[in-house]
Amino acid sequence: MITLSVEKIGVVAQGINNWQEASALLQGEADYQGGELPPLKPSMLKPNERRRTTRTIKIALQAAEEALQGFTGSERLASVFSSSEGDLDIIDQICLALTEEGRPVSPTQFHNSVHNAPAGYWSIGAGARQGSSSLGGLNGSFAAGLMEAAVQSVVEQIPVLLVCYDQPPPELLKSFMPISEPFAVAMLLNGESDSPLARLNLNTRPDGSESQLSKPALEKLRQSAPSTRSLPMLQAIARHQSAEITLPYLPGLNLQVELQAC
Amino acid sequence: MTPLSITHFTLTNALGCGKQASLEALRTGRSGLQPCDLENVDLATWIGRVDGLEEMPLEGRLADYDCRNNRLTQLGLQQDEFLPAVEQAVQRYGADRIGVFIGTSTSGIATTETAYRTRDDRGLPAEFTPRFTHNIASSSHFVRHSLGLNGAAIAISTACSSSAKVFAAAYRYIMAGVCDAAIVGGVDSLCLTTLYGFNALDLVSAEPCRPWDAQRNGINIGEGAGFALLEKPQSGDSCPSLIGYGESSDAHHMSTPHPEGAGARHAMQQALERAALETTDIDYVNLHGTATRSNDASEDSAVCGLFGDQTPCSSTKGFTGHTLGAAGITESIFALLCLQDGLLPQSLQTRQQDETLSANILLDPKQRALRHVLSNSFGFGGNNCSLIFGAAA
Repeated sequence: MITLSVEKIGVVAQGINNWQEASALLQGEADYQGGELPPLKPSMLKPNERRRTTRTIKIALQAAEEALQGFTGSERLASVFSSSEGDLDIIDQICLALTEEGRPVSPTQFHNSVHNAPAGYWSIGAGARQGSSSLGGLNGSFAAGLMEAAVQSVVEQIPVLLVCYDQPPPELLKSFMPISEPFAVAMLLNGESDSPLARLNLNTRPDGSESQLSKPALEKLRQSAPSTRSLPMLQAIARHQSAEITLPYLPGLNLQVELQAC
Repeated sequence: MTPLSITHFTLTNALGCGKQASLEALRTGRSGLQPCDLENVDLATWIGRVDGLEEMPLEGRLADYDCRNNRLTQLGLQQDEFLPAVEQAVQRYGADRIGVFIGTSTSGIATTETAYRTRDDRGLPAEFTPRFTHNIASSSHFVRHSLGLNGAAIAISTACSSSAKVFAAAYRYIMAGVCDAAIVGGVDSLCLTTLYGFNALDLVSAEPCRPWDAQRNGINIGEGAGFALLEKPQSGDSCPSLIGYGESSDAHHMSTPHPEGAGARHAMQQALERAALETTDIDYVNLHGTATRSNDASEDSAVCGLFGDQTPCSSTKGFTGHTLGAAGITESIFALLCLQDGLLPQSLQTRQQDETLSANILLDPKQRALRHVLSNSFGFGGNNCSLIFGAAA
């Protein structure tokens, strides 16, 4: 079993600008209404970098920035970025360019196509020089990222930033990838914490079914992307409720989160 | 750190299938590079290609995963009695206690390229199943499925450091008690995305690549797969060990390394600290050494800043090409072969060292007993990983 604390959270979704709004929604009586995605303007990107980056990079960085507001220890901070599909707009444009005469692949798009592009821009923007891991795990991407961040934090005894993010695919890829909503969640995790939002005990287990949400529109949102699988955890944290949460992780293996409210 | 025993390992790349082919090539200076003859590619460059993948479809219970990347994975797993070694590990630890840690940069993206090339008015072909092929997790899910394991698993994709970082990840999962043993590995296969992408960045050489050479002008792209079984040390182990790792970020630029190699140096320093070694304890450095102007200059600065200009170094990219997401595992296993064989491999195709670079680059192979070898892997996004391996006690 791995034990750690959630210190801060950042959330970006349609109709949800930040963790405070997510928290109010998850605590309240009303169901999710959707809405506009907030403008994606992470302040750590310089204007010229903002032009060269994509909606996928920006949504990840915006959530990361919120989770690190007021945090001052970035020289010790490691990071884990998890996304099932990475940047599908770029994959789409590169694959289209490869079907054209002369294969006019854009050099900027190519270096932005690496799965760790958001992590790279984040490390530049935040001046973060510690290790950074980028992962993919299909619908288990949030659980895989949480597990990796937790293991890093506990074994290396360092704070770890976890960011899990998705953007819906462009037209050609739509029916092949089950992502219908843009979403990003970031968490600042630490083994020990003076003022945690929640404490987590993590275990894997081969059985059980993934935790769901009782409100229909929120449950639909939970199923809309790999990163939205985090919502049952976010709901328990928002409601200050201790809970046993089962997250999809790998074929035949779930991640069991025993969440203690703080 | 507690060393981890590397009880079995295997390697497949342009030098051949299985680790003996790689060792023989490293000893004799045989390159696996050839002029680019990949289907649908009209670039003047050299590649490190694994023969026969086109005629090796995955079948039966593995058929869903069929793509060049997973074919190469399967071919790699079948070498060097690796499968029986995994079976024994399953007997010892249980299938749920063995973790799978796989690094890849582009996974099965070649399948997506083909789907785009063959699209029609209705869109991409219906039989396109990217979750089994293109997705980053395809490789780790495939290895787990193919080997019948059901423990923790992770697919790391940090460009060219991907399959070095799997060693650090596996160490942590074992220390945290998430698993008792680990299959680490990496696989990347030739595709148009990386060939034309690096070409767009003007980083592909039209000749066999020449790391650290005054005339170096870019990389050759290769493909490869490698796997290793990591276990907690047992008394009487007669195998090499993972004894140090370091991970860092440049925080400098997406595709150009820090000019003084600050991030690279930080990763090497961390690896030395974890191994509790001094720089003089390192007998050989296997460089990342891609043969681009800026990468080699940056790494030279980092290595010489830390080690001085005496420690023997070479880049083995002239043997295999740059296998990208598989470079970490490829060169880690080269390091293990060198430790076992007492071999310091040459920097193949380096004719005249660039006068502005100071590292002690080996232009010829040497034989000498080795205790500790350091291997560097650096990727786009400024993502760095250094590993130190120790000889059997």
